[in-house]
Amino acid sequence: MSLAELICPAGTPAALRTAVDAGADAVYCGFQDATNARNFPGLNFTPDELAEAVVYAHARGTKVLLALNTYPPAGKVDLWRQAADLGVRLGVDAFIVADMGVADYIARAHPQARLHLSVQAAASSPEAIRYYCAHFGVRRVVLPRILTIPEIRQIKREIPCEIETFIFGNHGLMVEGRCSLTNYLTGQSTNMDGVCSPAGDVEYARHADGAMSSRLAGFTIARFGPEEKAGYPTICKGRYTAPHRPEGYYAFEEPVSLNLSRLLPELIEAGVHAFKIEGRQRSKSYVRGVVRAFRAAVDDIRAGRQADMADLVALTEGQKQTQGAFETKKWR
Amino acid sequence: MAVREMTKLTLGPIAYHWSAGMRRDFYARIADEAPVDEVYLGEVICSKRAPFHEGDLPETIARLERAGKTVIVSTLAEVMLTRERKATADLAAMESPEIEVNNAAGLYERGARAHRIGPFMNAYNEATIAWMAGQGATHVCLPAELPGQAIAVAARAARDLGLGVEVQVFGRASLAVSARCYHARAHGRTKDNCQFVCEEDADGMPLRTRDDAPILRVNGIQTQSESYLTLLPEAPRLVADGVTHLRLMPQAVDMVAVADLFRAILDGRTGPGEAEERLTTLCGETALSNGFYHGAAGYRRIAMATPA
Repeated sequence: MSLAELICPAGTPAALRTAVDAGADAVYCGFQDATNARNFPGLNFTPDELAEAVVYAHARGTKVLLALNTYPPAGKVDLWRQAADLGVRLGVDAFIVADMGVADYIARAHPQARLHLSVQAAASSPEAIRYYCAHFGVRRVVLPRILTIPEIRQIKREIPCEIETFIFGNHGLMVEGRCSLTNYLTGQSTNMDGVCSPAGDVEYARHADGAMSSRLAGFTIARFGPEEKAGYPTICKGRYTAPHRPEGYYAFEEPVSLNLSRLLPELIEAGVHAFKIEGRQRSKSYVRGVVRAFRAAVDDIRAGRQADMADLVALTEGQKQTQGAFETKKWR
Repeated sequence: MAVREMTKLTLGPIAYHWSAGMRRDFYARIADEAPVDEVYLGEVICSKRAPFHEGDLPETIARLERAGKTVIVSTLAEVMLTRERKATADLAAMESPEIEVNNAAGLYERGARAHRIGPFMNAYNEATIAWMAGQGATHVCLPAELPGQAIAVAARAARDLGLGVEVQVFGRASLAVSARCYHARAHGRTKDNCQFVCEEDADGMPLRTRDDAPILRVNGIQTQSESYLTLLPEAPRLVADGVTHLRLMPQAVDMVAVADLFRAILDGRTGPGEAEERLTTLCGETALSNGFYHGAAGYRRIAMATPA
């Protein structure tokens, strides 16, 4: 498998089996601690679960990528090293890393291990990517969701490793790995704890006029009219006021999800090696639907057939979609 | 006391789009009056702004150096476009002054030649710092969100390797950067036709919640804290833990007076209570915060249990 690998989310053992059965070329997952960027309650794997998952996936020809993509705060580095050692023992196929100290440790302690550079490392230029390739032997970079397709094509010409891009799911607005918004409001860090707008700090409040406020740690992130569906209070998708916008507006981005299904042929042509589907926090049925649909679309494209995207559009029904930065510089 | 007196006060790079005139006046006053030892210059946030003030750079450097300040030029935090790659490569090629690198592209260009590690480089831990030191780093500025306990571990490791260790002790914290310009977006524009509206907001564009609570500041592609991160009573503790440089970020307040207060705390001329009271007055309506240091929500202001 060398062209258009499908990299699928596995938040739980059940989701992992679902993604494997639905046709994932690889799944990505993490341990139940701060070593990965989706350290949410009820998600992720115990060591025993990961051991079983690797056996299940490998028996069906699917690779398992272990996310160790957070930044250990000083004094806690051992937790990340132990997770890497364990991953090697369990036979995972690659590690997704962001921190230079973590990358350096794996490169030295486990020189045979395959390293992927996480989107959390925010490597958005050929020089930055080459830095990680030269020093840590990184074999693949997951690109930040901020580049246009011509820019991706240009980067591909100048780097010695594979490219993976996000194609579907949550649309990250901020440069990953450089965002402390959640820590500013809640005291839990995205980079150090793997936490983003944590559910434990969320509350919804109904007002007398029927409007609904969604709050994070006591801050109103958005206010919705009686007719609107109240969205989750993710800080970068909130509605705020500014001096020129007294009416309130989505200061960063509207709550849209990324869907690049229409751009798949162009992305392949630009040299993208692997397509990543976001959503380790999603349900089994979501994972099944999305993976099946993209499996069919990718297979169609590889066979030179016109891919049917209707199923993919239906998956985000009722939700706004975007092609984000990939389609045009005007997004910026 | 001796250690505190050796501690250096630094002035971080201006995060905002201050006009060339404002910058000249600002640095002239810093050169003449501010008790800061080191000054970081250069555009860190938006490559479109650089042409407005980079022509003044040689003169500003000379002016500050004549006043006895060490000058360091900081590189862009985000490197994506051709002009950003070139700007980074140009700075990385300089022999002097020193440079502070804020993006891995800069590390690649700089190679093993001496450099400082900027706050956008995510030097969160001793392993990463050791790696960076082995590649030519001489100095590291820790991330603003790192809690005090981790700062102490990181600082000890860095000093053992002979590195300078810097922590931001004043000014809005950088909370996020993006490829999208949120200043332009607020005015219905995009980054490419922004018409430099960010120049209107010398201290960032305030965002408030729908309950009218101040929450964040927008500075072009950067999102900052509404509050001024302030580690004033904590400063002696930082020094005792091995931090060698304390960074003040330029805000639209009297920065000479701010620097005086921090110098007075370090020299033991002012008590923490009095210094905080004076800083609160200087900063007007802007809230002060130290939550990150205390492992709490960053916007919070936590009283020190036992003044150092």
